[in-house]
Amino acid sequence: MQQITMTETTLRSDAGSRSPVKADRRAFHEMLTPFPVAYFTGAFVTDLAYWQSANVMWERFSVWLIVAGLIAAIFVALAGLIDLVGSKQKPAWLHASAYVFAVLLSVINVFVHSRDAYTAVVPTGLTLSGLVFVVLLAATSAGWAFTSPHRVGADK
Amino acid sequence: MMPIFKSARLAKSTRLATILVALAGLGLAGCDDNGGDPRKEIGANPMLPALQQYLLPPIHIAKPVAWGDDTPKVPQGLQVRALATGFQHPRSLYVLPNGDVLVIESNGPKPPIFRPKDIITGWVQWFAGAKAKDANRITLLRDTNGDGIPEVRTVFLDHLNSPFGVALVGNDLYVANTDAIVRYPYQDGETTITDPGTKLTDLPGGPIDHHWTKPLLASPDASKLYVGIGSNSNITENGIGAEYERAAIWEVDRATGAHRIYASGLRNPTGLQWEPVTGKLWAVASERDEIGPDLVPDYLTSVRDGGFYGWPYSYYGEHLDPRVQPQRPDLVAKAIVPDYALSSHVAPLGLAMYTGIELPESYRGGAFVGEHGSWDRTPLNGYKVIFVPFSGGKPSGPAQDVVTGFLDANDHARGRPVGLAIDRSGALLIADDVGDTVWQVFAAHQTTSEKTAD
Repeated sequence: MQQITMTETTLRSDAGSRSPVKADRRAFHEMLTPFPVAYFTGAFVTDLAYWQSANVMWERFSVWLIVAGLIAAIFVALAGLIDLVGSKQKPAWLHASAYVFAVLLSVINVFVHSRDAYTAVVPTGLTLSGLVFVVLLAATSAGWAFTSPHRVGADK
Repeated sequence: MMPIFKSARLAKSTRLATILVALAGLGLAGCDDNGGDPRKEIGANPMLPALQQYLLPPIHIAKPVAWGDDTPKVPQGLQVRALATGFQHPRSLYVLPNGDVLVIESNGPKPPIFRPKDIITGWVQWFAGAKAKDANRITLLRDTNGDGIPEVRTVFLDHLNSPFGVALVGNDLYVANTDAIVRYPYQDGETTITDPGTKLTDLPGGPIDHHWTKPLLASPDASKLYVGIGSNSNITENGIGAEYERAAIWEVDRATGAHRIYASGLRNPTGLQWEPVTGKLWAVASERDEIGPDLVPDYLTSVRDGGFYGWPYSYYGEHLDPRVQPQRPDLVAKAIVPDYALSSHVAPLGLAMYTGIELPESYRGGAFVGEHGSWDRTPLNGYKVIFVPFSGGKPSGPAQDVVTGFLDANDHARGRPVGLAIDRSGALLIADDVGDTVWQVFAAHQTTSEKTAD
């Protein structure tokens, strides 16, 4: 209880002003969120290359990139939990949901990409990769963090 | 107050996540349809359903269990017994003219990992007991006192490279390793060969070597060898370049080692045999996976010189496979429909045309087929030896189950039949690469001691 009071006091003191205190309270998961975005975007690019060339090397790149993105997403989720529970930050629901949606689409996408030969990518896999790319653009449009330090008086 | 509010919200979002995951799981599981009655796809005109593409490929393998004192089941009029046990993944069989039985103990080379899927496939194969160490040898069995049970057991040839096919022509014994045909000098009565052998020709082997078995058959005039070369993938997922001169039957000149493609478009041709009435080449072939529990039926077919049988572009004539791009309409247009479908995913790996007289008359002139059994179909299919009656050099009726009981009541595999051979007495021999046994099927009217007739 005491801790919470202190937190609120701290927050109240820096609300409305950009003080160094806020930098200390940056979300921990923020440094990890770009990794799945980079992997999934890479998979979209290699999917396009496969679509154009039908060279299986690109399809193999895609499926490994998606797997790497999903593994990175597990770490993002863990870090996000630490931010929510440990640092008692407030989730940015809209952007976080979009990000989660992109990860769920990628789970489907990794199964599609595990099919054999052409239909592992064209058309379903390529479409999913493109969709994930667009959703991630929207999800990260306001920044890499999906939580924010709680502010008294903010919406709840 | 604040912490309570937070945790309530967190619980709500966790619940939401759980529901989402469950929904996703449901969607995946929902794609796993059960296969229909395999009898609808046996014979000259199999029922071919529309193809489906999976999100999660169905994997249904039979867990291996021991035979114990049990044996496979045979219909009335036949008897079965273990000829010999304790082998290491016996894969094919060859009977020498003096009655000695060669047991080829072999397993494939370690496949490379190109995709995450290959890791999963490796686990599945290990679970199915298919990951036994490659013995790379041929064991000789000899019955010296005529009781039908071999007393002599020697290592005939060792340090081979995933061998499968064997063919004896005069004093030349050919062994088809996965990457080459090697010739050894053989004298009647030898129980072991120490000669290092001479390479006749290279065969398509590693580094992928997806279908690694190389069945071998000598031409009746002894001038040629026919070799089955399986495809290097399920359906070109390793690129069409990896399929160079694969999914084909080669004709190799015995004198020079030169080869030509005798027939192509056969995904994994095995069990090469001469049909006794017409003298035509016949084979069994395993068709493609992952487009449905009832697609594509594996088959038994005559093999025409220069014939193209569809793989990878199409199946059963002009049924296109959308997974293959770019397509080849020129080849599809001339794709031959195989003679006799065996139903889907049975994995036929052994064929024996029955020319003996030991077994009841109904079996004479027909074909025994060893069905290794499915790994991607529910319910399981195969796991038995069937008989296809022939008349006038063509299949003439529905297939009959001959040797069953490889699966127990819980669908666990006590064994899986692979290569077949007819021994000198006319009994059917079956290599069982999970039970590590060679089974012998003979006519029931004879007692063991009477089996000395020849």
